[in-house]
Amino acid sequence: MTVLRALLVACAMLLAGRALALIETYEFSSPELEARYQQLSEELRCPKCQNQNIADSNAPIAQDLRKLLHHQLELGATDEEILDYMVVRYGEFVRYRPRFGGTTVVLWLAPVLLLLVGILVLTRMLRSPPKTGLSGTESLSAQEQVRLRSLLDKAGRDS
Amino acid sequence: MGPRLKLFLPLILFAMLAVTLFRGLSLDPGEMPSALIDQPLPAFSLPRLGQSGLLSEADVIGQPALLNVWATWCISCRVEHPYLQQLAAQGIPIFGLNYKDDDQAAQRWLDELGNPYRFNIADREGTLGLDLGVYGAPETYLLDAGGVVRYRHVGVVDDKVWQTILAPKYMALNTGSGAP
Repeated sequence: MTVLRALLVACAMLLAGRALALIETYEFSSPELEARYQQLSEELRCPKCQNQNIADSNAPIAQDLRKLLHHQLELGATDEEILDYMVVRYGEFVRYRPRFGGTTVVLWLAPVLLLLVGILVLTRMLRSPPKTGLSGTESLSAQEQVRLRSLLDKAGRDS
Repeated sequence: MGPRLKLFLPLILFAMLAVTLFRGLSLDPGEMPSALIDQPLPAFSLPRLGQSGLLSEADVIGQPALLNVWATWCISCRVEHPYLQQLAAQGIPIFGLNYKDDDQAAQRWLDELGNPYRFNIADREGTLGLDLGVYGAPETYLLDAGGVVRYRHVGVVDDKVWQTILAPKYMALNTGSGAP
């Protein structure tokens, strides 16, 4: 039991060491700045490794951008100013939540349009009567009624 | 919608999807056009590699030219270097942006491998690189005579890239009005 516990502690320490080695740490003058740093570094996309944000990436450019982000936050820049600064240099591409407008219109509107198309198709399918099977509107002719009755009567006698 | 047309709806949808996806096969998802296209080169004031004095954006203005971002730690730059020398020998003006590098190592590189650059901007901290939106070396910017960025190529410039992409744009800048 003690061996197992020691092993677990060793594993945890190894993992902690690795996490520290990957990302450098910055000192912030206030916890509020640190929270904004976290939020912005998760929203900014690394230009080099395009499926990671700059918080997760260890590419040199991501390190530079984190350093810059820390610097600008400490200088008192607003979120909007920082994002503008990045977009001017790296394009809308650098944001995981690009601004609405220009080339990003399709990106923003596509989900809504697809949802509308889906609703339209669904309502049409639900409204139109099913094509197969007996429908309530059709009724038997007088002759058919007579035949049906005689068949039912016959079945009743046989059982 | 007539019942006949409805019958063909799946086929039409399939055809549209097929065309879209087929087009996607030949697109490069990693392609990222520079945010600086048709914008003037950002202002800078940085030392000149190997010499005293400062360089600014005014020093690259005057003729269509290439601005090549390179560093001694960049392995692809070593691959690209001989081709840049060929281009320089043809009389194409190339300016160097020595990006986040050590001056002495960069100077040694130029002494050993040859120098295709008119001059080199020593961007030790990567500040101009940041303003340009550089995210890795090598990158090559095509500038017009007024110092406006017309194109950015990310990666090695070789004969194929030059012949198919850069040369036509460079020639157009030299002969025409320079406007795209």
